[in-house]
Amino acid sequence: MRAPGGPEVSVGDVLLAVEDVSLSFGGVKAVSNVSFDIRKGEIRAIIGPNGAGKTSMLNIINGFYHPQQGRITFKGETRSQMRPHEAAFGGIARTFQNVALFRGMTALDNIMAGRTLKMNSNFFWQLLRYGPAMTEEVEHRHFVEGIIDFLKIQEIRRVPVGRLPYGLQKRVELGRALAMEPDLLLLDEPMAGMNLEEKEDMSRFVLDVNDHFGTTIALIEHDMGVVMDLSDRVVVLDHGIKIADGTPDDVKSNQAVLDAYLGVAH
Amino acid sequence: MGPLYQIFVDPFVQMAQAPDLLVQTLWEGLVGGMLYALIALGFVLIFKASGVFNFAQGIMVVFAALTLVGLHSAGVPAFLALGLSIAVMFALAFTVERVVLRPLINQPDIILFMATFGITYFLIGFGEFVFGGDPKVMIADQLYLPKGTVTYKTLGGVVSLQKMDIAAAVIASIMVAGLAVFFSKTRIGRALRAVADSHSAALSVGISLEQIWVIVWFAAGLVALVTGIFWGARSDVSFALDVIALKALPVLILGGLTSIPGAIVGGLIIGIGEKIGEFYWGPLIGGGTDSWFAYVIALVFLLFRPQGLFGERIIERV
Repeated sequence: MRAPGGPEVSVGDVLLAVEDVSLSFGGVKAVSNVSFDIRKGEIRAIIGPNGAGKTSMLNIINGFYHPQQGRITFKGETRSQMRPHEAAFGGIARTFQNVALFRGMTALDNIMAGRTLKMNSNFFWQLLRYGPAMTEEVEHRHFVEGIIDFLKIQEIRRVPVGRLPYGLQKRVELGRALAMEPDLLLLDEPMAGMNLEEKEDMSRFVLDVNDHFGTTIALIEHDMGVVMDLSDRVVVLDHGIKIADGTPDDVKSNQAVLDAYLGVAH
Repeated sequence: MGPLYQIFVDPFVQMAQAPDLLVQTLWEGLVGGMLYALIALGFVLIFKASGVFNFAQGIMVVFAALTLVGLHSAGVPAFLALGLSIAVMFALAFTVERVVLRPLINQPDIILFMATFGITYFLIGFGEFVFGGDPKVMIADQLYLPKGTVTYKTLGGVVSLQKMDIAAAVIASIMVAGLAVFFSKTRIGRALRAVADSHSAALSVGISLEQIWVIVWFAAGLVALVTGIFWGARSDVSFALDVIALKALPVLILGGLTSIPGAIVGGLIIGIGEKIGEFYWGPLIGGGTDSWFAYVIALVFLLFRPQGLFGERIIERV
């Protein structure tokens, strides 16, 4: 998505920017003075070795962690920290490294839970399951069925997710995030623990989401091949510090990145 | 007659010979069991939504009943006092969330469990301070709860049912049905089950934990109030009532900590089992079985179903 004319200009306006963000737990610095931005419509990868602070970064963006220092600008509004509810309401959805689904519920109910914030009929009607609440439920159900078709999980909609294999659980989790119609989708290792075929499926879903719905995506991933194929821009963290930021090609040839991944002779 | 005959045959012969007594015993067990079920329900509601085993549930029953009676004796009309008691239970839920749960968010379960001990002793002290420690009489008449008994001549004898117990059964059933619909069919109910399964996932879809906690503690408070009214009407309202909370433990073991139907069925089994055991087998060992028989029933069930009757089977992926 290069704009014609300017060679440097990629994608759209800045959707979310973190500036000079630091987070520590007691004496342990998880993230130190990190700044980067995520632009509308792009797929932005956050990579780095284990313990680099990638997941902490996602948790800061959707308000699970509150940084001690720094600013977060989302949709033009600057604040020192997000709150989970604010983030969800503002259109940030996410998946988790170790699948966090509602295990007792069916795949369908899990994805419906993603519509929580979109439902607003009053409580009384809901209790009666009549009138506005019924119409609303039907509309949301329709939307959710669309997502189920998109992710090709029609056969498992009535299955409690605790019983599903891991790869499908990850897909349901993605479905729940998509049900929120997010402006920004955070994916924490969407392909972790998957076999090659599942990885390819998931990669295609990520690209399709980006293409069809124009959803901006920030993802953490360990598989370098996947990262290089999917992402428009990559930010690299190591020990909580940003060591590189740029296109996949830039990052691949960056000496600091190579050192972080392969180790340096001291 | 050998002891084996006395244990395994004679009680059943008695049951067959006097079916009216059996029905009477079953009914009394059913009513008692329903009240156990209500207390267990309060535990389950809170445990499901927050993973907290709320030790204070028993004292909440007493506190709710005491508030109702105390307000009435201070000159507030009965139904206004009922409304105010509901408001007090809401205030309690709100305060617990603000003062206890929110600061302890993400702490281990055992810490939250200990915190509910704190709530228990606070409620005892606060209740005694405001309403006094002497036993009080439940304002059953003023709330237009029916009095007297209905007598049926059947099965070659007489079965008499307390009208109050019938009312308790009806109201408890309505309340349980209402809660069941609420939790399975509404958005808030779905959010509540979501919170029960995963806090972080619930947060990520925009469910507010704070709001859900206030709702479940309030629901548990309402259940406590209803339980307190009927239990208080059977005996009287005093802090001695909190021992009934201990009766909820075997019910929970039996029904599983996370299951609303489990709490109900478990409560009924314990209530009926306890009465039958006391009436037919109690005399063999000189009576006094009611304080421990419930635990024996729970233990026997545990041998066969460690997760309880309706508890979720724990499947661990390795």
